[in-house]
Amino acid sequence: MEFAELIKTPRADNVVLHRPFHLAVEGTLCLTGHHLIFSSRRQDNAEELWLLHSNIDSIDKRFVGSLGTIVIKCKDLRIIQLDIPGMEECLNIASSIEALSTLDSVTLMYPFFYRPMFEVLEDGWSSFLLEQEFELLSSVTNEWRLSCVNKDFSVCPSYPPVVIVPKSIDDEALRKVALFRHGGRFPVLSYYHKKNGMAMMRSSQPLTGTNGRRCKEDEKLVNATLRSGRRGFVIDTRPLTVAQQARAKGGGFEQEVHYPQWRRIHKYIERFNILQESFIKLVEACNDQSHNMDRWLSKLEASNWLTHIKELLTAACLAAQCIDREGASVLVHGSEGTDSTLQVTSLAQIILDPRCRTIRGFEALIVREWLQAGHPFQQRCAQSAYSNSKQKWEAPVFLLFLECVWQIHRQFPCSFEFNEQFLLMLFEHAYASQFGTFLGNNENER
Amino acid sequence: FHAVFLLQVENVKLLDRYANRKAASGTLYLTATHLIYVDASAEVRKETWILHHHISSVEKLPLTTAGYPLLIHCKNFHVAHFVIGQERDCHDVFTSLLKLSQPVKPEELYAFSYNPKMSKENREMGWKLIDLRLDYQRMGIPNDSWEITDINKDYEVCSTYPPEIVVPRAATKAVVMGSSRFRSRGRIPVLSYLYKENNAALCRCSQPLAGFSARCLEDEQMLQAIREANPGCPFMYVVDTRPKLNAMANRAAGKGYENEDNYENIRFKFIGIENIHVMRSSLQKLLEVCEMKSPSMSDFLTGLENSGWLRHIKAVMDAGVFLAKAVKEERASVLVHCSDGWDRTAQVCSLASLLLDPFYRTFKGFMVLIEKEWIAMGHKFSHRCGHLDGDPKEVSPVFTQFVECVWQLMQQFPCSFEFSERFLLEIHDHVYSCQFGNFLGTCHKEREELRIFEKTHSLWPFLLQRKQELRNPLYRGFTAYKELQPNTLPFSFQFWCGMYNRFDKGMHPKQCVLDQLLSCLSQKVTLEDNASDLEN
Repeated sequence: MEFAELIKTPRADNVVLHRPFHLAVEGTLCLTGHHLIFSSRRQDNAEELWLLHSNIDSIDKRFVGSLGTIVIKCKDLRIIQLDIPGMEECLNIASSIEALSTLDSVTLMYPFFYRPMFEVLEDGWSSFLLEQEFELLSSVTNEWRLSCVNKDFSVCPSYPPVVIVPKSIDDEALRKVALFRHGGRFPVLSYYHKKNGMAMMRSSQPLTGTNGRRCKEDEKLVNATLRSGRRGFVIDTRPLTVAQQARAKGGGFEQEVHYPQWRRIHKYIERFNILQESFIKLVEACNDQSHNMDRWLSKLEASNWLTHIKELLTAACLAAQCIDREGASVLVHGSEGTDSTLQVTSLAQIILDPRCRTIRGFEALIVREWLQAGHPFQQRCAQSAYSNSKQKWEAPVFLLFLECVWQIHRQFPCSFEFNEQFLLMLFEHAYASQFGTFLGNNENER
Repeated sequence: FHAVFLLQVENVKLLDRYANRKAASGTLYLTATHLIYVDASAEVRKETWILHHHISSVEKLPLTTAGYPLLIHCKNFHVAHFVIGQERDCHDVFTSLLKLSQPVKPEELYAFSYNPKMSKENREMGWKLIDLRLDYQRMGIPNDSWEITDINKDYEVCSTYPPEIVVPRAATKAVVMGSSRFRSRGRIPVLSYLYKENNAALCRCSQPLAGFSARCLEDEQMLQAIREANPGCPFMYVVDTRPKLNAMANRAAGKGYENEDNYENIRFKFIGIENIHVMRSSLQKLLEVCEMKSPSMSDFLTGLENSGWLRHIKAVMDAGVFLAKAVKEERASVLVHCSDGWDRTAQVCSLASLLLDPFYRTFKGFMVLIEKEWIAMGHKFSHRCGHLDGDPKEVSPVFTQFVECVWQLMQQFPCSFEFSERFLLEIHDHVYSCQFGNFLGTCHKEREELRIFEKTHSLWPFLLQRKQELRNPLYRGFTAYKELQPNTLPFSFQFWCGMYNRFDKGMHPKQCVLDQLLSCLSQKVTLEDNASDLEN
């Protein structure tokens, strides 16, 4: 399929562009296979806008006489307006944009076509390999090992090919544990706290089901992280009732009788689909032009967004406290282990580890705890807050995490090597990018 | 300590918002001016000082297992929760504080006993530091259209105005006197700020005694003189900062607002800002939200909304923005009033001046602004701030709201103020502390009668001495910004934790970038000095 087939009108002149933080400007609009390009050739100030079609959440068309207006709502929350003279031109452009912004196939996405104009100093794909992390780890402890049991993704399709597990657990055991965990996501090392040798692991829910199944290998695995006589904490991001109900569908939680050295804490973090609703309401509140303070505060409260922020920060603080203050090992999981689990483990590392607050350290954290760990970016970032179509898997899980980092930054502004701009950039690229980093849902797909 | 203690009590705990089972026992001292709590249990001795004048209420709480609790609320939002071991001690502290925190006569105020060991000349110079004439000169006054008149030197025109006021040259003595009979409390239209670039003037007054149909030729002539002093615009605005309903209700009492039919070429406008009673209650509710021990996000946001506080802040800001726009963009003069022209009028006129003129965003300029629009023009600090034991219905956070509007502007324009948040908090503290004479009484006449200028000290030299710690390291200088155009959408207003939760230890950013910057800058100066020493 050629992109050209989808473009009804590749170009229009005398178009007026309205965008935030800029004055309205007139120029020429062009549509390519991947971009909407606007260019104005004024003597003093040539202005250009390149917008990826994949960044478009929804568009609206309006007509006043023969002047058409297209309002483009982007996934990065920008709202852009184009005034296009000529009804037919406007309609053609609108339908071209609609078609180009709703392409399904990943391989048609821009990253496969992009050639960088800057000098590439480093091959980013191999900048943050787990093997390098492991080398750093083995310089302080030899209780862990690298396992390639998942090298062809057959044991766990959403995990990376290489994981870090306790040394005493062999690959055979890992295979058994994978059968006992939702989606094959057996407990792996997320973070090792050098100060006291405590570990944070993450996984998905155990498949105890209604029969109370157990898996001795799973118990051995998690117990391997405990020091003699010390106990560990399981932080379950579901409320107790939900965890109990999960058993009816084959899931469940770690039962005390089988995991006597582990204390379970339920620290509820909202499910991803509720997050999306919250996000939509929040953005709506921000766009309210009524200049009414009461309405703003009440809409903000009704969106519950800040409640979710508070919940996540509290859970991460709890995990950090268990590791640092209580000196205990921690296992974090929810249901699937791909959303709230990752939010908690990555945020806890921001709190505990100064390395994660450097630019490179933060990048490594994202690669480790989000990309390699199998957060389904493609699904979660398919649509943002402005989408009109029915939403199934979309949710601002990553954005919630980024905002929590920002909130911590506000309280500790001198402890981060990066600023707000960096976080905003990551948010934008997660939803639409010329780079392939956030494509796909896990390493296997990539 | 080298002080005389009126009272000394042992076995006192100071609780805070967090789990308090491990609170240490310390000693409470009362002096003539302060309450001092000393916690000598930890390695570092901790002292908590509370000025009696700052105390707005003292309550005995029900007995607990830990002892006899005493809850002290302060006007600067400090809340101190003490638990005293012995009932007798608690009662003694309670009764002493009640007496010490509610002086009856002005002479009891701290300013009259405060003695920083300064020479008489220095003290007098301190009072001369801020000269309003210089500010008028800066605006180009006196000029062809405006003059500084001493017609009020014996307070014949208005007892709450200063002896020198700025009126249009075209306004004769008859016009001035006539207008003063037609304005509530004689508060005639006078100049607040002249925008030199286009001659548009910001003026202020009180409500006219118009009732339903009364007219006053002289008052109409006064407004005409103001309008004609700005030939660049055919009309002028008259802005009533009260909600329309309140203004209309005033008509029944023989007061009210200007009838567009009677005054030539005026455009009349209501900008509804609520009255002092609504504001007092709003602050009360806000403080209740601030004191919630562990609120959910919902509790906090709902409480904030129900207090209405940010809605009022936005209303004041919107009014200031309207005035600034009218002057700068429409080139129109504006006459502003509320009821008596000393609360909402003061807020919006000073805010508009700040938006228009970068001078008022410097240390000196801000002091001038407060001396002019608040102190000289008769804002009743003594009543509004409850300096003496008086009518609680007169107390209202009018000045606090103005200070918060300035803070909100600092958040949006972090590089355009010479001073920092700390400066604002210091001024706010001293408005209530009565340590300096500037804010005592209700108007210039009363300050003269109390002989403030002979017997007390001015705050301004005291603050200027501490410029280094009160300045804003991000200030880009006088010419970097001209007028400020803030975003007034609701989400642009932040909650001022630094003011309303100021003494709540755990609630503030644990690291302060501005302090780091200040210390970097001072290190740089030291290094530069060293470098030049080495070179020589």
